[in-house]
Amino acid sequence: MLTQHFPALLVVVPLVAAPIIVLARHALASWLIALLATAASFGIAAVLLDQTLADGVISYAMGSWEIPLGIEYRIDAAGAFVALIVAGMGLIAMPYSRVGIAAEVRSEEHYLYYALMMLCLAGLLGILVTGDAFNLFVFLEVSSLATYVLIAMGRDRRALVAAYQYLLMGTIGATLYVLGVGLLYLETGTLNLADMAARLVSVGDSRGVLAALAFITVGISLKIALFPLHLWLPNAYAYAPSPVSAFLAATATKVSIYVLMRYFFTIFGPTEVFDARATGAILLGLSLAAMFVPAIVAIFQHDMKRLLAYSSVSQIGYITLGISMDSVEGLMASAMHLFNHALTKGGLFLVLGGVVLRCRGAGFDRLAGLGHTMPMASFAMVVGGLSLIGVPGSAGFISKWYLVSAAMHEGQWWLVGAVLASSLLAVIYVWRFVEVAYFRAPPADHPAPGEAPLSMFLPALAMIVACVYFGIDATWSSDVAMRVAEVLMSSRSIVQ
Amino acid sequence: MRLDIILRVIAKLLIPFALVFGLYVQFHGDYGPGGGFQAGVIVAAAVIFYALIYGLPAARRVVPDAVVEFLLAFGVLLYSGVGIASILLGGNFLDYFVLGADPVSGQHRGIFWVEAGVLITVAAVMLKIFYVFAARKRDAGEAGQ
Repeated sequence: MLTQHFPALLVVVPLVAAPIIVLARHALASWLIALLATAASFGIAAVLLDQTLADGVISYAMGSWEIPLGIEYRIDAAGAFVALIVAGMGLIAMPYSRVGIAAEVRSEEHYLYYALMMLCLAGLLGILVTGDAFNLFVFLEVSSLATYVLIAMGRDRRALVAAYQYLLMGTIGATLYVLGVGLLYLETGTLNLADMAARLVSVGDSRGVLAALAFITVGISLKIALFPLHLWLPNAYAYAPSPVSAFLAATATKVSIYVLMRYFFTIFGPTEVFDARATGAILLGLSLAAMFVPAIVAIFQHDMKRLLAYSSVSQIGYITLGISMDSVEGLMASAMHLFNHALTKGGLFLVLGGVVLRCRGAGFDRLAGLGHTMPMASFAMVVGGLSLIGVPGSAGFISKWYLVSAAMHEGQWWLVGAVLASSLLAVIYVWRFVEVAYFRAPPADHPAPGEAPLSMFLPALAMIVACVYFGIDATWSSDVAMRVAEVLMSSRSIVQ
Repeated sequence: MRLDIILRVIAKLLIPFALVFGLYVQFHGDYGPGGGFQAGVIVAAAVIFYALIYGLPAARRVVPDAVVEFLLAFGVLLYSGVGIASILLGGNFLDYFVLGADPVSGQHRGIFWVEAGVLITVAAVMLKIFYVFAARKRDAGEAGQ
C-alpha cells in the first residue's frame, strides 16, 4: 500500500529528516537519523528501479491534482537508475562521515552537516523524480544551496572562496535554466515535462524553442561542469570536506547530466529545432575538448584532490561524448560511464579522505612515500586509478569499451583514437600519484601516519571493490544501462 | 541614549500593529495577495525593528536564538507533516481533499497549516540571518577577549 507513495517518499524522507536533525542538535543522534533516512531512500530507489524496469513509467499526482495541471512525479528506469546511484553514494558516505568530518568540520556544526547532506540528497533525488520543469528548478536550487554550504564547511579558508565561486556560477546556471523553462512555458503553456514534449512537436521550428534549447543547454552544462564551464569544480572539490567531495563527485554532476539527457532526448528530441541545429556537433566538440584539456591540466597539479577534480571534468567528456552520438548505443555507453565513473571517483575521493586525515593534506609533498606508510590506501588508490584509465578488468574499461563500440557502430573511427589518446593522458596523471607514493621518501616531519580508521577505509574499500566487480561482471549494469538508453531514446525514435 | 525617546515610543506603538498586519497578510492570503512568505517577512521585520531600536541583546532576550532555530525546523516539519497526514488518511502526498469532511473544508484546513508552516520558517530564517549578521562582530569580539 505504501509502495504507491514511493515516488513522493523518495524525496520526503530525507527532506523531513533534515529539520528533525536540526531539532535533535546532538551529533550522534543526527548521524543516526541521517543514516536511517539515507538507507530508507536507498531502499525506495531500489524498489522504484525494480518497478520501472518491470512496468515502465510510474506517475504520481502530487496533492491528487489532475496531472497536467498539478505537479506530477514521474519516474522511469532512467531516473530510477540515477536515483539508485545517488542514494547508494549517500549510504556509503554516511557511515564514512562520522569519523570523516570530525577533523574537518567544527564539532558544534556536525548536526548542520548532516541536515545539509539530507537537503542535498532530497534535492538531487527530487530532480530525478519530478515530472515538472519548474519543480525541477526548485530541487536544483535545494540541492545547490545545500552544496554551497557543505563546501564552505571545509577547514581550509579557501573553501569559502570556492563555495562563493560555485554559488555565482551555479546561480547563473540555474537562472539560465529557468529562463529556458519560461520560454518553453510561453511556447507550450505547460510546465509538465511529458505534456510539454507532446506539445512542442506541433510548435515547430520557432525562435522561442531554439532560445529555450540554448538557455537550458548552457544552464545545465554549467551545473555539469562541462568544459569550458567547469571552472568552479576543481576548487569546490579540493576544499570541501572529504565526504562531501566524494558525494558530490559521484552524484551532483551525474544528476545534471541526467537532466541534459532528459531535455535533449525527451523534450527537444522530437522537435524540428533539435535536428535543424547542430546540437550534437557542438556537444561533440565540447566533449572532445573536455576529454583532453582538463586531463592535461590534471597532469600538472600538485595536489591529489585537485588532480582528481580535473580528472572528473575530463571524464564528464566521455559521458557527453556518448550523448552527442545521438544513438541508443552512445546513450547506453553514457549511462554506463555515469554509473562506473560514480563508483570510481566516489571511491577514489573516499580513499583520499582517509589519506588526508592521516597525512594532513592532499599535496604531493604530504603524500610522498604513501606506498610505504599507508600501503592499503595507496593500493586502493592505484586500483581506482586503473579504473579511471580504463584498464581491462576495471569498471572504467567496460564503459570505454561500450563508448568505443558505439563510435565504431556510427562509423566514427577517429573517435576511437580520441578515446584511446585521452586514456593515455589518464595514464600519465595516475602515474604521477604512483611516482609520488612509491618512489619518494615520506616527509621527514610525519614519517608513519598509519592506515585510515576502519569506518572510513571500509566504505572506501567497498567502492573500490565494486569498481573491480563491475569491471568483471557487467551483466547487471549493462542490462540496466541499455534499458535506460532505450527509455530515453524512445520518444526521439518515434519521430525519426 | 536618552535622546531617542521618540524612536522608542514610536517603535512600541508600531510593533504590535506590524505583528497584526503580518497576521492579516497571512490569513487574508486565502482571498487576496498575501500568504505565509510575505507574512513571515513582516513578522520578522517587526522583531528586527525592535532589535534596531532597543538593541540586539534585548531582541535576543525576547526571541532567543534557541527558539529561532527550533521554529526554523519546526515550520518545515509542520508543512511536511500535512503531507504525511494526508498519506495516512489515504490520499496522495499533500492531498488536502482528504483532510476534511468535504473537499472545500479539507482544502481550507490543508492550506491553513501549510501556510502556518511557511510563516514560521520564513520568519525564523529571516531572524536567524539578521542575528548572525548583527552578532558577527559582537560574538567574535567576545571570543577574542
